[in-house]
Amino acid sequence: MAKVVFNIWRTNPSGGEFRAYETDITEGMVVLDAVHQIQAEHANDLAVRWNCKAGKCGSCSAEINGHPKLMCMTRMSDMPEGKPVSIQPMKAFPVIKDLVTDVSVNYRVKKSIKKFKPRSPDAPDGTWRMAQVDIDRVQEFRKCIECFLCQDVCHVLREHALHDKFAGPRHMVYNAALEMHPLDIEDRTGDLKNAHGIGFCNITKCCTTVCPENIHITDNAIIPLKERVADKFYDPLMKLFRIFSK
Amino acid sequence: MFYGYLDRLEDILMASYETYHHDVLVIGSGGAGLRAAIEASVAGVSVAVICRSLLGKAHTVMAEGGVAAALANVDDRDSWKVHFTDTMRGGQYLNNWRMAELHAKEAPDRVRELEAWGAVFDRTDDGKILQRNFGGHKYPRLAHVGDRTGLELIRTLQDYAIHQKIDVYQEHTIVSLLKEGEKVVGAFGYDREKGLFKVFHAKAVIMATGGMGKIYKISSNSGDCTGGGISLAYHAGAELIDMEFVQFHPTGMVWPPSVRGLLITEGVRGEGGVLRNKQGRRFMFDDIPELYKGQTSTDEEEGWRYTQGDKNAKRPPELLTRDHVARCITREIKEGRGSPHGGVYLDIAWIKEKISNASEHIKRKLPSMYHQFKELAGVDITKEPMEVGPTTHYIMGGVRVDADTQMTTVPGLFAAGECAAGLHGANRLGGNSLSDLLVFGKRAGEHAAVYAKGTKAGSVDDKQLEEIATWVLSPFERESTPTAENPFQVQSDLQEEMQKLVGIVRVESELNEAIEKIKAFRERAGHAACGGNRGFNPGWHTAIELKHMVTVAEAIALAARERKESRGGHFREDYPGKSEVFAKINVSIQKDAAGNMVVKQVPKLKIREDLQQIIDEMK
Ligand SMILES: Cc1cc2nc3c(=O)[nH]c(=O)nc-3n(C[C@H](O)[C@H](O)[C@H](O)COP(=O)(O)OP(=O)(O)OC[C@H]3O[C@@H](n4cnc5c(N)ncnc54)[C@H](O)[C@@H]3O)c2cc1C
Ligand code: SF4
Ligand code: SF4
Ligand code: FES
Repeated sequence: MAKVVFNIWRTNPSGGEFRAYETDITEGMVVLDAVHQIQAEHANDLAVRWNCKAGKCGSCSAEINGHPKLMCMTRMSDMPEGKPVSIQPMKAFPVIKDLVTDVSVNYRVKKSIKKFKPRSPDAPDGTWRMAQVDIDRVQEFRKCIECFLCQDVCHVLREHALHDKFAGPRHMVYNAALEMHPLDIEDRTGDLKNAHGIGFCNITKCCTTVCPENIHITDNAIIPLKERVADKFYDPLMKLFRIFSK
Repeated sequence: MFYGYLDRLEDILMASYETYHHDVLVIGSGGAGLRAAIEASVAGVSVAVICRSLLGKAHTVMAEGGVAAALANVDDRDSWKVHFTDTMRGGQYLNNWRMAELHAKEAPDRVRELEAWGAVFDRTDDGKILQRNFGGHKYPRLAHVGDRTGLELIRTLQDYAIHQKIDVYQEHTIVSLLKEGEKVVGAFGYDREKGLFKVFHAKAVIMATGGMGKIYKISSNSGDCTGGGISLAYHAGAELIDMEFVQFHPTGMVWPPSVRGLLITEGVRGEGGVLRNKQGRRFMFDDIPELYKGQTSTDEEEGWRYTQGDKNAKRPPELLTRDHVARCITREIKEGRGSPHGGVYLDIAWIKEKISNASEHIKRKLPSMYHQFKELAGVDITKEPMEVGPTTHYIMGGVRVDADTQMTTVPGLFAAGECAAGLHGANRLGGNSLSDLLVFGKRAGEHAAVYAKGTKAGSVDDKQLEEIATWVLSPFERESTPTAENPFQVQSDLQEEMQKLVGIVRVESELNEAIEKIKAFRERAGHAACGGNRGFNPGWHTAIELKHMVTVAEAIALAARERKESRGGHFREDYPGKSEVFAKINVSIQKDAAGNMVVKQVPKLKIREDLQQIIDEMK
């Protein structure tokens, strides 16, 4: 057992500050355990979101020593020994209190993405046939737990706060899941280009690095979507084809 | 003058309300709540969903193994009749037979509908929805997505629901239902962000608040599962049944301590994982119950073939029902044959003896298990066995409902999902919960809408609101009183005692002790105090929640004492056998006029002739 100091962001009427708390760390503990312990022992009103404590719900996102992470999947044994651990709320979103941020913008953006629209069923009983190889790609995207850590780290949102111009990596993944769904017949490329601002992404890949589900956000979702947009809007041959096939 | 304690208290104690009106109010946004809301909105009434956490984060997101439905995609011998029979056998015939019938018949449509809404299930070679084996299911029946089926289900419903006409109140907690005479006419809550009071008027209210695992210390459930809805319904006068039946899942993580209880999906055993004690013995072969002798293999090789889809093979004993497997594990540990950290071994790595690309295969079939052990325990499950032990997982009991409409015994109040009771009887089969959410969520939504259309909006007198508000704010006033209790401490003490006294093996003396202690906990909950203010204050939230946790704990303990036999999830050391008398009885719990919890034995529903015949034919 070792004592560790945690510098945790606490909001107050004039904004907020880091406050130091000390607590005992035992084998196998994760950062969220430490936060809960501090909450129970020293700060009953310390605000933190959590639910599953198993890396499945995406509630407990925060910045641990400056890195966007899930608190419930960050083991204390991976923290540098003998050093204090800092925990602060995600920077790309307005703070509600302490470690809790207002992530409602993500729900609004998601709602603005055209919903799933399946082709008519393949079999008379109203079902479809899909091969596993054709859905592997989509299943990768559907692993997303909506932790919004990728949104947090993306400079377009984090540094430039362009939430109303760029949908952000999470919603690129969502778009990709719909666009590459073998049954879907909707076309979202126009929205991707305009309302959802795919052009703002300059492929820095920071989002991919922080994704706790290891989704290859940039390579597998964003780049192929960019290609689709380019095909549709910039490819001269495609353009001609569309004009003549009208 | 300084802004002192009393001024702050005055601010805090401001009891103003915002008021909302809806036809149907759904409390809870897990699978059951979302499915109910969608159906009610289709019926054209105004619908709102309230969730204590953010949308899409409810406990349902954790479900792993799959959703049970007799699609017969993998084995064409499957049918609703077999699913029905399996569910009744699993529930040791205490199930509400009508619910079991509806569930088995309607689950396939509910699953196919998810596909039409965008869900992407794993596929068979001919491109259909793939189904896997699970304990107690005769044929491969669980539609799944790797081991993250719950996420797929909740996300599909969430993404569909946001395009329906449904108002969603995120991070709002309901603390009491509102009544006019006998009827439920709304709910009282607060938003977590600011702590403001909200009064929701509704013609019909659907409880979809899920389970109660968090009243135990070792649990697989998410933090949201405090049994709130069961208690809310009880305090509004609804009858509860089967509260003694708590499912302890046989395989939870046991090490390290901070993840103790975290679930290891039954899918591991479905894919060929085996249980061994420290001597390396497959101890599950040592004790196969009478009811399952006919369909359980006594041969290791045959068991393996079963998991690999051999239709002529019988299942290995690792895939017996959960209650039984959990007790066998407990026995091994108790008798000194356990693993170093007080569990037994679950080994999937051994399949490398059987298939060449075992490591890849395991990672593909059980990705989150691989991930979970790697990240949280530093164990590579493709190379080493896991250490596992029982964990509190599910409650079969809950609010009593009408099978067809999901209406509770209180007019205007409906319930669906884990907080409702009946479908599972004494023990739930894996996969039967996700299908339960879909089938009965839909029914609850449909019938709540019908009810709402045929009823006038009720009204709530101010006195009721004031009483609730005063109670909800009382923890702030107790902050510096000498008897003030830390709400987190009370909560963890309660969890500890429930684990110890009302756990997997029960006995009268300990249950009596538990009931006494729960009284003391009620007292302590009444002293729970909090500082800070009303904005996102977990201490305050917990102080309020304690009342509900204590209520549910009491109901479980009382029901467990009442049932003097062992059946399904309920095991009594002092009555280890089944009793003819209790075979015909459900234990019911209700609040009397004086506010006391009353326990009664009620005769179970008489099964329809043709269904009994189906059961007899498949014996
Ligand atoms: C780890 C794990 C794996 C599982 N795997 C499977 C599986 O493979 N197959 C299967 O069939 N079942 C499985 N189960 C069981 C299944 O997941 C649950 O029974 C089911 O998800 C419960 O769903 P629900 O809709 O009833 O409630 P939940 O999903 O628990 O939702 C409850 C909702 O109610 C809200 N709520 C609660 N109280 C209040 C309140 N007071 N005010 C406002 N809102 C409130 C919560 O915020 C939440 O939105 C598993 C369970 C666990 C723990
Ligand atoms: S790759 Fe694009 S979306 Fe991802 S962080 Fe960089 S700019 Fe943002
Ligand atoms: S894509 Fe990854 S990082 Fe982004 S929200 Fe989803 S899970 Fe989180
Ligand atoms: S609490 Fe669910 S991801 Fe951390």
